[in-house]
This record gives sequence, structure tokens and C-alpha cells, in this order.
Amino acid sequence: MSTDSNTKYVGKAPNRVDGPLKVTGTAKYAAEFDVPDLAYGYVVSSPVAKGRIRKIHADKVLGLPGVLHVFSHENVPGLAWFDRSYKDDVAPGGSPFRPLHDDEIKFNMQPVALVVADTFELARYAASILEVEYEVEKHETDIESKRDEGYEPGRGKTGYMPPQRREDADKGLEQSAHRIRHEYIHGAQHHNPMEMFGATVHYHPDGKLTIYDKTQGVYNCQQYITKIFGLSKDEARVVNLFMGGGFGSGLRPQYELFLSVLAALELKRSVRVTLTRQQMFSFGHRPHTLQTLELGTGPDGALLGLKHYALHETSRFEDYTENVVNWSGMLYKCPNVRLSYGISPLDVYTPLDMRAPGAATGSFALEVAMDEMAYEAGLDPLEFRRRNYAEEDQNKKAPFSSKKLREAYDEGARRFGWDKRPMAPRATREGNLLVGWGVAGGVWDASMQKAAAKATITADGRLTVASAAGENGTGTYTIMAQIAAETLGLPLEAVTVRLGDTTLPEAPLQGGSWTAASVGTAVKNTCEALGEKLLKLAQKMDDSPLKDAKPEDVEFVNGLIRLRKEPQQSVVLRDVLQVSGEREIEVDSSAMPNPVNMQKYSMHSHNVVFAEVKVDEELGTVHVTRVVNVVAAGRILNQKTARSQVLGSVVWGISMALMEETVMDHRYGRYMNHNYAEYHVPTNADVRGIEVYFVEEEDPHVNPLGVKGIGEVGLLGVAAAITNAVYHATGKRVRSLPIYLDKLL
Amino acid sequence: MNPFTLTRAASAEAAVRDFSSHDSPAYIGGGTNILDLMKENVAHPTHLIGLNKLPLNAIETTADGGLRLGATATNADTAWHPEVKQRYPLLNQAILAGASPQLRNMATNAGNLMQRTRCYYFYDTATPCNKREPGSGCAAIGGYNRIHAILGASEHCIATHPSDMCVALAALEAVVHVQGKDGARQIKFEDFHRLPDDQPERDNTLQPGELIVALELPKQGFAKHFSYLKLRDRQSYAFALVSVAVGLELEGATIKDARLALGGVAHKPWRDKKAEQLLIGQPATEATFKQVAEAVLKDAKGQGTNDFKIELARRAIVRALKQAAAGEQQASDVFTNSNP
Repeated sequence: MSTDSNTKYVGKAPNRVDGPLKVTGTAKYAAEFDVPDLAYGYVVSSPVAKGRIRKIHADKVLGLPGVLHVFSHENVPGLAWFDRSYKDDVAPGGSPFRPLHDDEIKFNMQPVALVVADTFELARYAASILEVEYEVEKHETDIESKRDEGYEPGRGKTGYMPPQRREDADKGLEQSAHRIRHEYIHGAQHHNPMEMFGATVHYHPDGKLTIYDKTQGVYNCQQYITKIFGLSKDEARVVNLFMGGGFGSGLRPQYELFLSVLAALELKRSVRVTLTRQQMFSFGHRPHTLQTLELGTGPDGALLGLKHYALHETSRFEDYTENVVNWSGMLYKCPNVRLSYGISPLDVYTPLDMRAPGAATGSFALEVAMDEMAYEAGLDPLEFRRRNYAEEDQNKKAPFSSKKLREAYDEGARRFGWDKRPMAPRATREGNLLVGWGVAGGVWDASMQKAAAKATITADGRLTVASAAGENGTGTYTIMAQIAAETLGLPLEAVTVRLGDTTLPEAPLQGGSWTAASVGTAVKNTCEALGEKLLKLAQKMDDSPLKDAKPEDVEFVNGLIRLRKEPQQSVVLRDVLQVSGEREIEVDSSAMPNPVNMQKYSMHSHNVVFAEVKVDEELGTVHVTRVVNVVAAGRILNQKTARSQVLGSVVWGISMALMEETVMDHRYGRYMNHNYAEYHVPTNADVRGIEVYFVEEEDPHVNPLGVKGIGEVGLLGVAAAITNAVYHATGKRVRSLPIYLDKLL
Repeated sequence: MNPFTLTRAASAEAAVRDFSSHDSPAYIGGGTNILDLMKENVAHPTHLIGLNKLPLNAIETTADGGLRLGATATNADTAWHPEVKQRYPLLNQAILAGASPQLRNMATNAGNLMQRTRCYYFYDTATPCNKREPGSGCAAIGGYNRIHAILGASEHCIATHPSDMCVALAALEAVVHVQGKDGARQIKFEDFHRLPDDQPERDNTLQPGELIVALELPKQGFAKHFSYLKLRDRQSYAFALVSVAVGLELEGATIKDARLALGGVAHKPWRDKKAEQLLIGQPATEATFKQVAEAVLKDAKGQGTNDFKIELARRAIVRALKQAAAGEQQASDVFTNSNP
């Protein structure tokens, strides 16, 4: 009679709880909220990269019936004065860009005006004929010409870890029997979520605002808006219920938020501002990065020395940083390591964290270099990695809280059939095609942030859990529902999850792969606290079998509260609620990372990727025919949404390897392929067999749920595995992404 | 977007009349290109003449055994028409290599001929472009010109015609039937699109207001030995870096008749009749094909980022000819076309 596991949802594969809303089009995105008497703003973007706005001739535009206003630096009212008011939670060091602040043009496609009209079409037309006079100045946008001007940034940005060194890398390299040194490059890449940035600001009769914005952090946006416009939190509610992809682009408030709030406050009217696809290329991006890797091993293939240097662009006004090189001191065991890092300011917008920021870049260079090193040392690339397996985190000099990368190697190699791989390049041919197999992997932080949640149960046995966390499309609603349902032994259908609203308990930005750990733990703690209240009520019932039970003596399963040791001693949860006479019971709680464990352990997720490519050598075309991605990231909360996350990562990795690059014409300092037709990401026709496996880790240290997050780790190593497979197929080593066909001709 | 008026023409003659009675008119078929151009502020028609109600969507065989493709038949309906599939598989393959299924369901045959270049600078009004704004200069020269021309370009424009379908139509010697205000006329496909010379704003030789009513394919369809080879930066929804349309007639191992046209390399579908003559009477061998490829690219000129296209085109010609001679359809991709 074991129906014990009915409400055990964690680790299973339930469908997305928000699936029906999405497929029926009832899930509302920021630019879809209907509000009365809405005006529409259209952004005018600078056609030059550097200079000044001499004059904005708005008369003609203002004469069009239905055009309400043209906002620009010429008429924006006095707003907050100091930089700190414009700094958001993840702002790098420096002076944040202020839209419509003054006449200075700092980057191409900078917003220079907002035309507001009664209809979107009119606003767009009016914007197209708005005459703006510019004084053009000479710009610099090419990192290649600034190679020698990189400087080491300060610790301005949250999460940035200055690179380290240990022992003597030069000496280690000198003592090496085998050495390699190469440069690895990728261009700028833009997040390009399907949903473009947009905000609908509802201006209420009392002057308060409800702001529906595309963002990965409603609290971050609220703080930004209230500081700049001098509003109270009560006057600026920020809501984001769903996102059509973020990938980091929504970590910082984008300028549609500032512009729509400005217009709504000034016009005392509801306003919507949406960006065009082209304007999606006018802000943060993964920076164009140049990296040099130097590796050396002893005769046995043991790494003796490693040097990794990275240089990337930043803007003139902020020092954007990411952890590019740090991973190279951690993924493999090596006694002598020197990691160094520089940034170089250009006339571009500040780069912005993009899925696995730094690690996606660094792991590409490290893992291609490891492949080159393996060949130099005459070792199978997987065997080479096994020989240099890091049993502890040498950067931190601490043990890993858990690490099953070796098991992931075994699982992946077996699934892929790696043991049948000939070592020599160009060994397998199918007609015109050369077949190659490559391997690579990566490491990512298992982070946790402070988060709060609220849980409310009503007499009918329905539970609502709420937190201001975001839903990027990753499955947050679903995993929170699973955790809540399991903690209180309720059916999944009885749980409603509310997210993305500043009227709800505060949650961190949706980023860093920390939402599952942070908000998940907060939801768990909150539901446990609610459970204790329910137990107390149950104990007040006549003849309660739980009378003397302590919270740890009972469990909530299948709608019952029962004794762990005597499961037949139980009460029905709904009876407890009804007998108690309470209409609803609400509990607030939160979760914090454990500082002792954080000190004691290195907490990281790992993965390994095996890729097969087929290359038509004569024509240069590369097809990725098979990818196996094995992820070791603690406990998996939902097999289905987790797998989807990693599938998406592999697709993105194929993109990064073969297609993705925002190309700038440096004569204009302007990205030229700024649309979906010319900024290539894979289509269905580019993607074939992807297999995803999880090697689950029991990790009691990382957080109470034992989860590490899988939003980013799956991307690591994909581009490198494909690059390595291309080498194995053709004998040609490509060190700059993307691998366009002409690089193989 | 400019304010504009829209009428729906009931006949070709009425459409042409409507055109001549407006200041900045434009025809609109499937709208898959002109709407983008209007939204991106590149085209500013003040009057649109909708063509989809015209009785011009038939696909039917002609008296002399050819096939007449109506101007407003969609690319999808044309590609999957039994006569096209069976007798003109080169056209079927070329159409299916282009755009995406959604676009092919909307785009019309005449519209395919009339689509504008995908040059980045043409679409970005922040940069000069002689095609968009005559006399402003060509930003693609000396800029990012990966998708630009290596043949027949001028100092004024290095844009390419983006169509796949037109490359096959060029190889198949289609004839374009047009209706003008002074009556109907026929234009040989090779004379329809033009090279940029000093008038890059003109993509073709149509007179103002002339309307395409049909495309006519001659009887010869090269259904046995053909190839459409398209090389691009991803497998769908990407324009050709280089494409090659080949039709061959073989007698034993000897080439009796040949057609060869390239896409993605010039301001127009690049049919090379001299190369065809070099093939005729020769054995269908790699040596022959290499000679021909050399001849086609003899005057090719790279622009920097597209220099690789010269060698790529050379190799693509050889591969396409080999495939056609062997009676293989495009086999360079391990992924088959994702279409039904």
C-alpha cells in the first residue's frame, strides 16, 4: 500500500506549471499589459559613435497631430545628481550611463530622444523624421588596436575576483617537457533574447506607477527608478511575470525603463516603450576578448605550468569585469599558475554578463589549449584531463563540497563511445566528409544569495508561495511549486506560485545560476515554518495522535501530517485547517548562505561535453551531428526543465562555435549585423542529436536543498568541444570563433 | 513608417494604371521584403498596390511544353507543384534552399525577383549607400563585406542579389512576362536583373510601373542532371555566400548541353554562358570542371572580408558540376533539408 511518494515532487519530471499559460498566449509579457489611455514611446538612436548633439529640431515632429512630446537632454527635468543614484545592483565601477542626460554621445545607437505619441506607428514615423544635428568626434572601437593598453580593473563589480597566481609559472613552463602557447579570440556577442526589451508604465490617478518591465530583477529596477526620480517604493511597483529569455541582458535596468517612467511622470499618462530588434544591439554584450594561454607538462603529461591572460573591451564610463581566467587555476591540478587580466576602454556601451559570463569565454580558450597540449604530449585528450584531475580547489586551497566530474567523464565517454576514437586527426572519412570527435568541459560557481518568501495556506487546502524572484523561462514557477508541494505534502495542483513583483518578499536578481538554491531554500524554509504552525494546530485537535510530536518527528506527505516512526498515526491536513477555524495562515521566512560552509568548501558545478562534427573539407562546412553533455550540479530538482536548460546551452554552444558574432565596422564604430537575419543563431536545421545526462551529487554542504543551479554550466565546453572536434576531423586548429566556413578553406 | 494608402488591384492593367496615377507608389505581393524596408525606413512608398487578388497565381503548362509560373503564386506552391518537382527539380531545390518555410508560404514568384539586396549598409540608414541614396557613397567598400559581390561589381556598389530561386531561373533560361502602361512585353531572364555600374539604385530593367505577370520556363528542365549547391553560414534562413545552379545534358560521359549560374556573388544571378560553352562537348570530368571554374572566376575581385568567396566559388562550381554529372542532388550537407 505504498502511495508514499505521491507528493514527492523534487527530482521528478513534472511539466511546467506555467506551460498552459504560455502555449495559450495568456502569459503576459512586459509590453503586453493592457492599461487604459496608453501612449507609445519610440526611441531615436544615435547614428554616430562619439560626438555631441548640436541641436534637436523637434518642431516639425511636434506639429504632427497625435505626437505628444519629444524628450531629449534639452528638456529632461532635473533628476538625481549623483552617480550612486544611477547604480544598480550589478553596476560595475565607474559612472553609469544616464539616458538623455546631456549632449554627449558615448556610443553608437545611444538613445538621444524619445518620441511619444498616441499610437506606436505614429511615434515610429515621427522618430524617423526627427532631425538631430551631431558634431562628430573621432572614436576608437577596436580592441585589436588597444592590445597594449589593458589595465587591471579594481574590484568594482559584485562577484569579480581578481586573478591569482601560485608558485612560479615561468619556472614550471621552463621545466616542462612539452609546451604550447597560443592566442584565442572571439568577437562581441549579444544576448538576443526572443522578447525585446519593453516596459509598460501604468500611471494611476493618484500618480503612483505600476511598471511592467522586462527585467531579471524587479527590486533592482525599483531601486533604480526610485533613486533617480525621487519616488517612494510605494509609488513605483515593478512587475515582471514572464520573460522571453534574459541570458543576463535583463540583469541591469535597460533604458526603456528610464524612458517610459520619465515619459509617464512628465505626461501624467500611461506610457509604453519597446525597443526594436536593432536597438537590442545598443547595450550590453559579451565583450570581444583576446586570450593567451601557455601550458607545459612533464613527460608524463602532468601539468607543470599554466599562464592565462585575457583582455577585453569596456566602455569609457564603466569598468566592466568578468572572471575569465580564474577557472584555469581551478579546473585542473597545476602547481605553477599565473592568471592575469586586463580591460581596455573603448567608445562602446559597457559589456554585460551573458550566460556563464567569463567562464564561457575562458573555458573556450583553456579547453582548446588543453586539447592542443594533449596532442603535444601525445595523450588522448580525455586521458590528459583525467591525469590532471583537480581533487581540490587550488585557487581557494579548499576541498570541493562535492565534485563528480570523474564520474561525468566516465558516463559521457561511455555514452558517446569515446574509446573507439582514433587519436590521429583526419582518421575518419565518410565520402566528402571528415568526421571528428572532441571533448571539453567547464566549472561554474554554485552560488547562493539571500532570499525571502511568503507562504499562505487557506482553509480549502490551497497553498500560495510568493517571492519576487524572476521567471526567465527556465522553470522557476515549476521548481518552486515542487519544493512547496513536497515540503507540505500537498498535490502540485494545490500550489500557486507568485513571482516577479516588488509587492512580494525580496529575492536576488535572476542570474548566476543561484535562483534554485537561494529562492528554493527560502521557499523550503517558509513552508517548513508554515508546517510548524500547522503542527501546532493539529496538536490542538481532540485526540490528536501528534500531541507530543516535535517538528522533526513528523512529515507532511500526501495531504497528511504523520509521525515519521509510526506513519499510520496521522491527521488530514485539510481537517486541521477546518477544525482550527483559521481562514488562512501566512508565514514569512528567508534563507541565507551558510558562511561557515562557504569558508570551508569550494562550491562548484562541473560538466563535460563530447561533440562529433562532420566537415566538408573542400567547402569548409561544419555540421555538429552529435553532442553528449554530462553535468554534475548537485541535486536536480526537475529532470525535465533541467534537461531543457542544458539542451538550450548546447544549442547556444553550437552557436558560439559556428555562427555567433556581432561584427562592428570600426570606421563607423557601429555593429552592422544588428538583426536576426544577419546575427546568426542556430535554426532547427542546424541542430541534431543532443544528449543530456546528470551525474547527481549528494551535497550536504552547498545548501539545504543540495542544488547547484544549471542555468550556465551546460554552456561551458560546448564551443571548445566542437573546435576540438573540428581539429580531430581536419587537422586544422581554429583559434578564433566563430568557425565560419572560410576559416577551414 | 510613412503614412500610406493601399488599394487592391483587380487586374494587371488596373494595377499598372493605379501605379501611374500616384507619386511614390509600390507594388506589394507577399510583403516579405517591402514591409521590412518600410519599417527600417529604407523605402517610403506613399501608396501600395496589393497584388494578391490578381488572377495571376496559376501554374500551368504552355503550348510548347514549357511551364508558366504565375506572378502571385507563392514560392512554396511553386516549389511543391508536381510539374516543378518532376520536370524542374533544380527550381524546386533552389526555392527550398531559400528563406524559411514561413517566408516561402508568403513570398510570391514576382516578389522573389523584386527583392532588394541584404547588404547591411543598405538597411542601415546611419551609413551611406548608393543603392538607397544615390551619390551618398558605398559603405560596403572597405567595410564588412562578407556577403558582397566578387563579380561584376562597380566602384559605386558591391551588393549582391539575394535570391536562390532566381539563380535557378537564370540557369533554366526563364522568360519574364511583364505588363506596362503601353502593353505587354517579355524580358529574357539574363536581361532582367542588371549590374550596378553607376546606377546601383536600379536593380533591374523594368520601366517604372511595369508589372511582372508571369515567369515562363522553356521545355528543357535538366531534370536528370542538375544541382543546386548553396553555401551559407547556417542551414536555414541565411543568404548564400555562394550558390551554384547547374543543369547538364549528358551523352555517355560527354556533356551535350550545360547551364551554369551562380548566386551570392554579383548584383544579379550570375549566369556564365562562356563557361557553358567550355563545358559543351567536353568529358564530364573533374579536370573539365576545374577549368570551367577557373574561367568563371577569372575576373573575380575580392573586397576584403569576402576574398574567400573566390576560392569558395571555384570549389562550389566543381562540386556542383560533379553532383549534377553523377545525378546526385545536393549532397554536401549531412543534414537534409528540414522541409516536408
